[in-house]
This record gives sequence, C-alpha cells and structure tokens, in this order.
Amino acid sequence: MTVRTVLLVAAALISVGLYGALSQQVVVMVMMGLELMLNGLILAVAGLWWFCAPDPSGQVLLLVILAAMTVEMAMGFAVATSLHRVRRSDLTDTAADLSG
Amino acid sequence: MVTHLAFWGLAVIAVLAGVAVFVVNSMARASYSLALSFIAVGLQVLLLQQLYVGVLVILMMVMEMAIMAVYMNMFMGMNPAMMSMNMVHGARHALPVSVGVFLLLAAGALFAPWPSRRGSPPADVTAALGVELMGPKMLAMAVVGVVMAATIVSGIVLAAHRTRYDRFGDDLRRRRPADPQPGGVRR
Repeated sequence: MTVRTVLLVAAALISVGLYGALSQQVVVMVMMGLELMLNGLILAVAGLWWFCAPDPSGQVLLLVILAAMTVEMAMGFAVATSLHRVRRSDLTDTAADLSG
Repeated sequence: MVTHLAFWGLAVIAVLAGVAVFVVNSMARASYSLALSFIAVGLQVLLLQQLYVGVLVILMMVMEMAIMAVYMNMFMGMNPAMMSMNMVHGARHALPVSVGVFLLLAAGALFAPWPSRRGSPPADVTAALGVELMGPKMLAMAVVGVVMAATIVSGIVLAAHRTRYDRFGDDLRRRRPADPQPGGVRR
C-alpha cells in the first residue's frame, strides 16, 4: 500500500463513476455515478493525507467532501422528486430544457 | 503484509461493486452494490488510520443507500427487484471517455514524483481532528453548517407539493387556504 496504489484505485473508482454519470438515463443512476466519483475522491484525499502530509488540517478537507456528497444527494433527490411530480418521468432526457 | 492484502482485497471489492452498480438489472441491487463499494472504501480509509472519517463514511453511506432503495420503491414506477433497466444513452462515447480519464489519472498516479511524507501523524488522529475543527478550522465547519441548512430549505422547497403560495395566493392575502381537503377543527 503506497500513495501510488491508493491513487490508482481511486482513479478506477472515479472513472467507473464518470462512465455512469455520462451514460445513465435515470436521474438517480446519474447521482450514483457522481457518488462513485466522490467515493474515489475520498480515497484519494485519505491516501494523500496519510502518505504525504498527515497534518490534522488535511482531514477537514475529507469532512468537506463528505458534506458535498450529502448536499449532492439531498438536492438530487429533491430535483428528482420535483421532476417526477411535474413530468411523471425520472429520465434525464425529459429534463433537457436548458440544453444548448 | 496483512494490511497490504486487506487493502488490495478491499480495492477489488470497491471497484467491482462500483462496476456492478451499472451492470446489475435492478435499482435495489445497484443501491446495495454502491453501498458495498462505499463500505470497502470506508474500510480502506480505516486502514489509512483515519478512524473517524472511515466510520463516518460507512455509517453515512449505508443509511444513504437504504434511503435510496426506499426512494426507488416509492418513485421510480418499476418493480425495483425484477425489472430490467438497461437505460443508457451515449454509451458509445461514455466508455472511451471514462477509459481515457482512467489512463490519464493512472499515469499521473504512477509517474508523478510524489513527495515523501512531511511530518508525522498525531498520536490520536480523531482527537487532533476535533481540536482542529474547534480551533483553526472552525470557519470551514461553520460554512458547511450554513450550506447544510440551505440544503434543507432548498430540498423542501423543491420537493414540496403545495407551499404557502398555493394555499394563500401569490400575495399571501387569501384568508382561507385553498386546500383540496380542509383540515383542522371546524368552527
């Protein structure tokens, strides 16, 4: 277990999450892709903290990432609920109003 | 040696469970696969000696995925256990893009000249984090607290079916609320 191996696993998680976020049609599945990317980010920050600079202030960044995950999930559920209520649909393709 | 084996075992579980999220044919299974991936990463964070954050990741994500499974039951309009859900668009582009991103990140991870460790970890990592949060980094936590409160309000505004403007009019001057089912005690 080195900083390189930890970051390699984190890169794999971020890439799998990116595939999901780009390819899925259901809003909740897109959120799952984003969550998986943040999962990789947590591992990367934890690895960098431990192997490069184990200063207590670095852990605060991890807590901020966790807070960002919570916000993403709560707002995603709220948007999906609103979308479902207005359009009876849970697909991203039906919510492309702002698409250029 | 045991730590290395545990790390690689958890890494395989985390990545395979992550892949399974987009491969399995039910949303409930996808939720539980994501929860498994989060648990594996949480345990890896524990291996990296960050006890508080590791336990927090595991507890938070298990609860979040349980809520997600309930959410799917409620809203997604499909049998969450049985129905096939091969619902993708642009997979032809998504796959090469994600493989390219992986190669780029992996190259950075493997070939960048990472610095050697500066300083040593505190004896009690959790206590040090608590002191940090209550001291120099209190502003960060205060901002996160405000963002969380704003999230609660925004979530309710977005998800609420009927708000006070639906009940009392745009100028809030309607004396009796326009409820589809009048409630309260009749007087």
